[in-house]
Amino acid sequence: MQREKFIERVLLLLALSSIASLALITVFIFLEGFPLIVHTGLTNFIASAHWAPTKGHFGILAMIISSVLVTLGAMVLGVPLGLSCAIVLAEFSPQPLKLVLKPTLELLAGIPSVVYGFLGVVWLVPLIRNHLGGPGLSLLAAAVILGIMILPTIISISIDALSAVPDIYREGSIALGATLWQTVRRVVLPAASSGIITAVILGMGRAIGETMAVIMVAGNALQIPTSILDPVRTLTSNIALELGYASGRHREALFATGIVLFIIIMVLNLSATLITRRR
Amino acid sequence: MSNPAKKSADADACLAGDGASPPGPALPTFIRRLSASWAVAIILGVMLLLSGCGSEVSSRPLSIAGSTSVQPFAEKLAEIYMQEHPGVRVDVQGGGSSAGIYAAEHGAADVGASSRELLGEEKKLCEIPIAYDGIAVIVHPSNPLTGMTVEEIRQIFVGEVTDWRAFGLPAHPIDLITREEGSGTREAFEHLVMAKREITPRALVQDSNGAVREIVAGDPSSIGFISAGLVDERVKALAINGVLPSPENIKTHAYQLVRRFILVCRTAPVGPVKDFIDFVLSPKGQKILEKEGLVGVS
Amino acid sequence: MRLSPQLTQTLVKILLWALTGLTLLILIFIIVDISVKGLPQVTPAFLFSEPVDMGRHGGIFSTIVATAYITLLAILLASPLGVGTAIYLTEYTREGWATRLIRFGAECLAGVPSIILGLFGFVLFVLKLGFGWSVLSGALTLAIMVLPIIIRTSEEAIKAVPQEYRQACYSLGMSQWQIVTRIVLPSALPGITTGIMLSVGRSLGETAVLLFTAGAALRTPISLFDSGRTMAVHFYILAREGLSMPNAYGTAAVLVISILLINLVAYTLMQRLMKRYT
Repeated sequence: MQREKFIERVLLLLALSSIASLALITVFIFLEGFPLIVHTGLTNFIASAHWAPTKGHFGILAMIISSVLVTLGAMVLGVPLGLSCAIVLAEFSPQPLKLVLKPTLELLAGIPSVVYGFLGVVWLVPLIRNHLGGPGLSLLAAAVILGIMILPTIISISIDALSAVPDIYREGSIALGATLWQTVRRVVLPAASSGIITAVILGMGRAIGETMAVIMVAGNALQIPTSILDPVRTLTSNIALELGYASGRHREALFATGIVLFIIIMVLNLSATLITRRR
Repeated sequence: MSNPAKKSADADACLAGDGASPPGPALPTFIRRLSASWAVAIILGVMLLLSGCGSEVSSRPLSIAGSTSVQPFAEKLAEIYMQEHPGVRVDVQGGGSSAGIYAAEHGAADVGASSRELLGEEKKLCEIPIAYDGIAVIVHPSNPLTGMTVEEIRQIFVGEVTDWRAFGLPAHPIDLITREEGSGTREAFEHLVMAKREITPRALVQDSNGAVREIVAGDPSSIGFISAGLVDERVKALAINGVLPSPENIKTHAYQLVRRFILVCRTAPVGPVKDFIDFVLSPKGQKILEKEGLVGVS
Repeated sequence: MRLSPQLTQTLVKILLWALTGLTLLILIFIIVDISVKGLPQVTPAFLFSEPVDMGRHGGIFSTIVATAYITLLAILLASPLGVGTAIYLTEYTREGWATRLIRFGAECLAGVPSIILGLFGFVLFVLKLGFGWSVLSGALTLAIMVLPIIIRTSEEAIKAVPQEYRQACYSLGMSQWQIVTRIVLPSALPGITTGIMLSVGRSLGETAVLLFTAGAALRTPISLFDSGRTMAVHFYILAREGLSMPNAYGTAAVLVISILLINLVAYTLMQRLMKRYT
């Protein structure tokens, strides 16, 4: 009994330490960043596009817009491609092909983000610059690279969602005379919708949080983009560019940016959980 | 969920001998082995930590952090210094001049490397100049221009002149590249060229000299500024008011855009830090810098 | 014009297969590019010599050591914490608002952008605690980064063990800890190991966190307070500064192969353990 109690105490200690470290980050970020939001005012912080931290201006609007646009662009590319792959793998491909294709597609997940960024600089940026215009380092480049990067996430979670739909649904539909596509479109997809939406939301979370690849291809100009060929700076890139030397209010502003990102991720996670629970 | 513990010993024996036992071999061995390996690993870790403290290698390496302009030169100096002083370790980081000054001030690094002058509050820190370097304004080698005036460069970087047409070249927007705000090179550039005017926010930003050089080397319509010591055959340095950034011109200050590389310490350097700085300032150290493209201070 | 269901299906199939083909093409392109330009660089000399001249010449030995050092330390720190927490949460507590809150917290933190972890690690470990740019700072931050992953995967693995096993053992009078060590953990081990392997894979590719906590020193780190650059950080610097295309590709190849190997090991380990215990 003694031993039992001791072990339980040890495990409790471990659990508390974990929770403490996780809480540490949250508390740290909020403690460091909140004073800045109070100082500048929330509306000023979020709605002003004037970011000149050395002169006391902390408006992150340009970066919020850039992050949002880059993520949306990534979804526009990633969701259709990813969903198509998932549907083809889960519904339309014969088993041997599926066995080969699935791990091949999961290979994509093993490639680090900096490698994507590098290949983007080497191949994609000159392509955009020579054929579409602008410096090549642009919103478009960032969106394309991110779109490719979130493909594994979307594909694997969608495949899981589609595979989870019981075969009975499919068999019933076919028995009624529907084609395979009609079955997929009207029966399987709706049944798997919550899983697919989760996949999309998680992909979005990954895209918003990506830093290194974006710094390499987005151009990092501090402006609200007027065309997809304009260089942009996202919230994450901004933190990376300035964290080495930021101090005082400036550093608080970076933590405040972290709070904004944290809240965005929390909202995304919450929506994903709620959607899956509703089903 | 309560378990009469006194029965556990019997249950043990019961389970061990029972044919319909739960899956797998006796787990305690597995867990024991795992915990043992963890314990060994932790002990090894502690040993490593202690070895770092006790051995010849000093537990805390001499760390230099800061300017990406200074970094390649600091790396070279560190490499040779470590060859000559086995047992001493010098770690060089980048991060930008402001980051280096900050790190030196707050003890994150022993020495900060900066390619700009200390400003305001920073002046209380100890500064040691180690070299002179020029700031080269670079364009792609295919760009037919060979030189500009300071005013022309300023107009481009403010954003007033946005097209190469203004220089008699085929019309094409100018792709403007600058460094991040904490960069010493940028600060020095603003001081020497911009005459209190701001660099346009529409400029692309990269966080190191090498990165700027990479982009200019790949984009025929681009223009940027880097440390003169880092110019290579993939980019072309423009002559400013007729003067090219050659080492001779930088030494005589015939080339206008010259700035100092300085090492920054929180207090006057002592011990291993002082030894290293003495090395940098010695004839041998200065010769290394000059061989790499800088101009010495001696 | 109403298309027949058959025709619609054919058209849709063409579209979907085309898009899948496009995705595969992108993947193949990436793999081929890295392999063709990177694999020739991966010689024993490359793997075992130190970087020279900022990485323009020489190999990547110091980065390999730094990567192994930092990653192993991080996993060593995070695994007992994570698995222990998972065990405690599932076996020793009742499901309630507290456990759900903790789980949600872990989910959120698993999704935190890595640059924020880098910022946190830089301010706390490098600056405030005075560890400087070091293996220690990097490993601590990395450990916090992978902790939620390990907790989550371990919890799922432990929960997947059927209740009947536990109930049978309770009825036999086994203690909680005996049940955990003899019944639950062996069954959950494949899942837990996979989670740890996933964390290793994720750490290998991590750049934003380590650049700002472990720094970018070129030498092989020995003591915990030495700075060191991992392969991913080295690759980023080589690529960004244009120091050496061949070396950049070589480092990328080694990185991708390492991650692939880890994933492969995790996969086969999971298969083998599943066969052993089920």
